[in-house]
Amino acid sequence: MTLDPILLSRLQWAWVIAWHILLPAFTVGLASYIAVLEALYFLTGREIWFRISGFWTRIFAVSFGMGVVSGIIMPFQFGTNWSRFTDAAADVISPLLSYEGLMAFFLEASFLGVLLFGRRLVPTWAHFFAAIMVAFGTLLSSFWILATNSWMQTPQGYKILDGRFVPVDWMAIIFNPSFPYRLLHNVTAFYITTAFVVMGVGAWLLRRGRTADDARMMMRMALNLLIILVPLQIFLGDQHGLNTLEYQPAKVAAIEGRYDTVQPTPLTLFGIPDDAAATMHDAIEIPYLGSLILTHSWNGTIKGLKEWPADQRPPVGPPFFAFRIMVGIGVIMLLVVVIGQLLQLRGRLWDSVWFLRLCQLVAPLGFVAVVAGWITTEVGRQPWTVYGLLRTADSVSPSLTGANVAWSLAFYVLVYLIMFPTGIAFMAGLVRRGPQRPDAEAPPVEIESGRPHEPFESAARAARQL
Amino acid sequence: MLRGDAARATVMNSIAPVWDGNETWLIFGGLGLLTAFPLAFAIIIPAVYFPILMMLLALVFRGVAFEFRFKHLGLRRLWDAAFCGGSLIATFAQGVVLGAFIQGFKVDGRQFAGTSFDWLAPFPLATGLALMFGYGLLGACWLILKTEGELQDWARRAASICLVAVLAAIAGVSIWTPLAHPDIAQRWFSWPNIAFLSPVPIITALIAIGEWEALRRRHELTPFLGAIALFLMSFIGIAISLWPLIVPYRYTLWEAASSPSTQAFLLIGTLFLLPVILMYTAWSYWVFRGKARATVGYH
Repeated sequence: MTLDPILLSRLQWAWVIAWHILLPAFTVGLASYIAVLEALYFLTGREIWFRISGFWTRIFAVSFGMGVVSGIIMPFQFGTNWSRFTDAAADVISPLLSYEGLMAFFLEASFLGVLLFGRRLVPTWAHFFAAIMVAFGTLLSSFWILATNSWMQTPQGYKILDGRFVPVDWMAIIFNPSFPYRLLHNVTAFYITTAFVVMGVGAWLLRRGRTADDARMMMRMALNLLIILVPLQIFLGDQHGLNTLEYQPAKVAAIEGRYDTVQPTPLTLFGIPDDAAATMHDAIEIPYLGSLILTHSWNGTIKGLKEWPADQRPPVGPPFFAFRIMVGIGVIMLLVVVIGQLLQLRGRLWDSVWFLRLCQLVAPLGFVAVVAGWITTEVGRQPWTVYGLLRTADSVSPSLTGANVAWSLAFYVLVYLIMFPTGIAFMAGLVRRGPQRPDAEAPPVEIESGRPHEPFESAARAARQL
Repeated sequence: MLRGDAARATVMNSIAPVWDGNETWLIFGGLGLLTAFPLAFAIIIPAVYFPILMMLLALVFRGVAFEFRFKHLGLRRLWDAAFCGGSLIATFAQGVVLGAFIQGFKVDGRQFAGTSFDWLAPFPLATGLALMFGYGLLGACWLILKTEGELQDWARRAASICLVAVLAAIAGVSIWTPLAHPDIAQRWFSWPNIAFLSPVPIITALIAIGEWEALRRRHELTPFLGAIALFLMSFIGIAISLWPLIVPYRYTLWEAASSPSTQAFLLIGTLFLLPVILMYTAWSYWVFRGKARATVGYH
C-alpha cells in the first residue's frame, strides 16, 4: 500500500485545525460574555456579576491557554506540509495571518493578565476596559483568519505573476465576496456555542442546588440571547448558502448531493453518495424543496456535479453529511430555545427538571455544528486550495513522502488525544467548583518579578484550594 | 535533574511569569519569516520537517505539563518529566534547525529538493546538542540571579559546565563553517576583511573570559548578561558568514522577500500596534511591579 502524502497532509491539517477551532468557538463568545458581565458589574456594583464573571474568567483562561498551544502548530503547518501553496499565496495571505496573530496574542493575551489578576490592582473601569479589549481581540482575530480563508474560497484583488498570487487591492482581498457572510455566520456560531455551554452549566449548577441565583441568571441570559441568535443564524446560513451558490456552485452541488442537473431541484434528505459512478444511491428526496431553499424560487435550478469535469468535483460524502448534521443541530437548537422561552414565559422554567437535563445534554452541540460546518466548507472547496486557481494536489510540499506524513500525523493524533481531554477535564473541574463569593476567594497567588503567574497555573492553584 | 520537590518548585516558580513569552516570540518568528521572506519559509520549513514536528510537539507537552503539574499532584513527577523532556527536545530541535540552516539546503527552482532527513547529519546534530548547553547556560545563569543558597551554588556549577561546552561549540562551528564553505573562509580571512572582522572573535573571547570570572567571583547578574552576550556574538558571527543569504546557499534576502505591497500592508498595522503594545506592556509591568505581593488575589 502506497501512502499518499496529499491525502495524509489533508488529514493532518483537518486534525490539528478541528481541535484548534473548538477553542475559539468557545473563547470568542465567552470573552464577549465576560465583557458584558464586567460592564454590568461596573455599572451596578452587584455582587452577582462579580461572581459569574470570575467563574467564567477562570474557565476562559484555561481555554485560552489551550488555544495558544494548539494555535502555535498552525502557521508551521503552512510550511511543513503546504509549502507550494505558501510560496504561491504568501504575498496575499501572510499579512492577514500576521494580523490575526498580532491581534490575538498582543491584545487578548496582554489584557487577559489584567482581567485575571488586576481586580484589586487597577480601578474598576480599567478592569472593565481590559475585559472589552480581550473580547475585541478575539473578534479581530476572527476577522483576519476568516478573511484569509474567505480569500481562498472566493479570491479577489490579486494578479498572477509567474504562477504566484500578487496583491493588487487589499480592500478587495480582505472584503472578498464570501467574507462578510462567513464572518457573520461564524461569529454568530461562536456566540451560540458559548451560550449553550453557559446554559448547560447553569442548568447543571441549578440541578445540584448550587449557587441558585447565579445559575438562574446564567440560564436566563443565555436563553434570552439564543432566542435572537438561533433564528438569526438560520437566516445567515441561508444567505451564506446563496453566496456560495453564486461563487462556488460545485460546492453547493456536493452539499446537496446533486450529481444531475434537475429542474426543479428536489431536496435530498439522505442518500449514499457514489462519486465514481456519479450517482446517489437510496436517495430520499422531497420535490421542489431544493429549488425553494437554494434559489428561493419554485423552479430554480442548481447545476449538478456532472456539469464539471471529474477532476474538478469535490467529494460528496463529507460535505453532504456534515451539512445535514450542522442543519440538524440548528433545528434541535431552535426547538430547545423555543421550548425554553415558552417555559420561561409560563414561569415554569426552574421547575422543569426534564428541561434542565435537556440543556445539559445539548450544551456541547455548538461545537459539533462548528466542526461540521467547517468540514462542509473546506471539503466542499476541494479539489482547490485557492478556488478555481490552485489545486490542493499542487499545494503540498514536494519533498514529503507518504511515510513522512504518516509519522507526523500519528504523532499529532497521539499528542492531541492526551492534551485535549486533559484540558477539558481541567475545565470541568473548574465548573464543578462553581462561582465563588469574593471573600471565599482562594488565597492570594504570588506575583513574581512584576509579572503575574500563567493563567493555567493560577486557575490550578485556585482550584486546588477547594 | 534537580533533587528535591522544594528545589524544583523554586525553579519552576522563577520562570512561571515569563516562560510563555518564549512561545509567543516563536510564533512571531515563524509568522515573521512567512511574511517577510516567504520563499525562505517555503523552502526551509519542509526541509526541517521532523525537527519542526519535534519542536512543536515538545512545546505542546511543555506547555501542558507546566500548567498541569499544579493540578495533578499525584502525577507531578510525570508532568515534571514531561516538562523536562519537552524542554530538552524543543531545544535540540531548534539547534538542529540552526545547524541545518548553516549546512545549507538543496534547492531546485523555488522548492526544496532534498529529503525530509537531510538534517540527520553530523553538523546539525552537533549544533542541536550545542544549543542544549547554550540554553542550559542561560537557564543556569537565570537561576543564579533568581535563587540563593544551595540552589544557587548548584546553578553556578551547572553554568560552569555549560559555559565550557558552549565555548567548545562556538569554537567548533567557527572552525567547521569556513572549512566546509570556502566562500565563507574567504569572507573572514581575506585582507582587508580580517582587519574589520577580527573584533568579533576577539570580543567573544573577552566575554568568555569575563563570564568565567563572573562565575568564579560569584556575581549574580553579570553571568546572565554574559550568557546573552555570547548568544549575541554567535548570531553576529553566523550573520557575517551567511550575509545576505536567507536560504543558504541559494537565495538572498532580496530574492526571498515578499512583495513591497505585502510588506507595506503589514508595516502600517504594525507601526500602529507596536506603540500600543509597548504602552500596554509598560503599564502591566507597572501594575504588577515588585516581588511577591500578598494582597493581590487571583480573581
